[in-house]
Amino acid sequence: MLTNTWAFTRRELKVYFNSPIAYIIIVLALVISGWLFFLDFFLAGQTTLRPLLTGWLPMVFLVFVPAITMRLIAEEKKSGTVELLVTLPVTDWEIVLGKYLASLALLGVTIVLTFSYIITVSLLGDPDGGAIFGQYAGLFLLGATYLAIGLFASGITANQIVAFLVAIVIIAAFFLVDKFTPFFPGPLASVLEFLGVNYHFENMARGVIDSRDLLYYLSMIFLFLFLAVRALESRKWK
Amino acid sequence: MIRVQDLTKTYGEQRAIDAISFEIEAGEILGFLGPNGAGKTTTMKIITCFMPATSGKVEIDGLDVFDHSLEIRRKIGYLPETTPLYPEMNVTEYLGFIQVLRKMPQSRRRSRLQEMVELCGLGEVMHKDIGELSKGYRQRVGLAQAIIHDPEILILDEPTIGLDPNQVVEIRQLISTLGERKTLILCTHILSEVEAACNRVLIINRGKIVADGTPQTLRAGLHGKQRLLVQIRAAADPAAVTRKLGDLPGAEIAARPAMEAGVVGAEITSNKDQDLREQVFRLVADAGWVLLEMRREIQSLEDVFRDLTRAA
Repeated sequence: MLTNTWAFTRRELKVYFNSPIAYIIIVLALVISGWLFFLDFFLAGQTTLRPLLTGWLPMVFLVFVPAITMRLIAEEKKSGTVELLVTLPVTDWEIVLGKYLASLALLGVTIVLTFSYIITVSLLGDPDGGAIFGQYAGLFLLGATYLAIGLFASGITANQIVAFLVAIVIIAAFFLVDKFTPFFPGPLASVLEFLGVNYHFENMARGVIDSRDLLYYLSMIFLFLFLAVRALESRKWK
Repeated sequence: MIRVQDLTKTYGEQRAIDAISFEIEAGEILGFLGPNGAGKTTTMKIITCFMPATSGKVEIDGLDVFDHSLEIRRKIGYLPETTPLYPEMNVTEYLGFIQVLRKMPQSRRRSRLQEMVELCGLGEVMHKDIGELSKGYRQRVGLAQAIIHDPEILILDEPTIGLDPNQVVEIRQLISTLGERKTLILCTHILSEVEAACNRVLIINRGKIVADGTPQTLRAGLHGKQRLLVQIRAAADPAAVTRKLGDLPGAEIAARPAMEAGVVGAEITSNKDQDLREQVFRLVADAGWVLLEMRREIQSLEDVFRDLTRAA
């Protein structure tokens, strides 16, 4: 199980880093979010990373994550290599998981590269370490959830553009769903709020790490990876 | 070794294969022959566990391919029609990737890779990106991928498609070498390929098996006809030639272009067991004509194929 998964992860990482894809995507994500962050960082006069970690980066991820994941399965379908993969003695879970871990690594690298901002704000003042930790944890889980959604979108089509757009639509739905709560009656509103990613993200961003939020993210990730496996298996449906 | 039973696959309304059954013994080299769209690739995709059949089953060594998918996949080496390669990997990386997924022990990987490189003639391109390779080399990399784990069963789907004649000969030699030690299924619509390499032929048309046997028995099959191609000089009365030839018992005459003026060309078709050569010779001699040329053609596998797969 592990050797196969790891083989896929390594292959995908090589594809990412041997071509300009990863560098371009990472640099764009960092430049755009960094620029937006520093636009009013000095005006606000607060040594906090909150606007970056809970505002700009989640927004940038909306496009960044589908760009990372769109090729993962769609390209194999397009070029026919999927026929090779699924006739090798490996399970569909190993394929999906291997690819997911590679995209997770890319997300990790991107997030780690923003650590330099921690140094910046620490030099300028005395930021709240607990909040920053919570915000980073939340950001990583948020990104990880988006990646699972993106991988699923890549699994349902052989067209990367379609995969990209479908991923954006699904992610946007979970990103925006709690914005519509005022239009719904109380119980339904709280369900919507719970379904949306922001509610859980906000909790963590305050530095409160609650098992319910962790569970939410982990079940979202599992759900979409499961759907991605099912999409890959769809060739077997009679 | 491989047992296919009442295998049917439908895509929507269309029946790609229709209740086909056959068995393949260990060590056989089977040519799976049929026109494009006959159901060859569909059958192979089911045997290799890519997709399930609509009904019927395939067993390999007594194991159902759908229930024991992983075990079956270990036994099989498969080169799909599309030659699945990763253009951004180089040949060594690609084959190494396959070796890992094939669970080859680390200690054997390097030597086995070297064997593959020699067997498939990949020495010059080992470190090149697959995307830069010519079609011929790509096909060889695909073959190397299929045989690297030394599978009991090797399935090659149109392995020589898109290659130039020299490359075709090379790949065919490679296939013959491989066939000595393995059970091999070769899907193709090219007849000479089957005649060159296979000891058994299955012809499939519109999802049904229409013939099964050695290339020799098929050629000598019921549909057997023989043809005499003649050129006869008959200065006096050319029309009489066709007429008199037509009087021969069991002969069917068709005109053929003559090679020079005053010569009649004809094609005489008769049943396979009815050799008319002597009678034609005597007829020509008695009439005082000159037999310039006579050539006999026994039905080729190509004719069998065309007979069997012609649109009804």
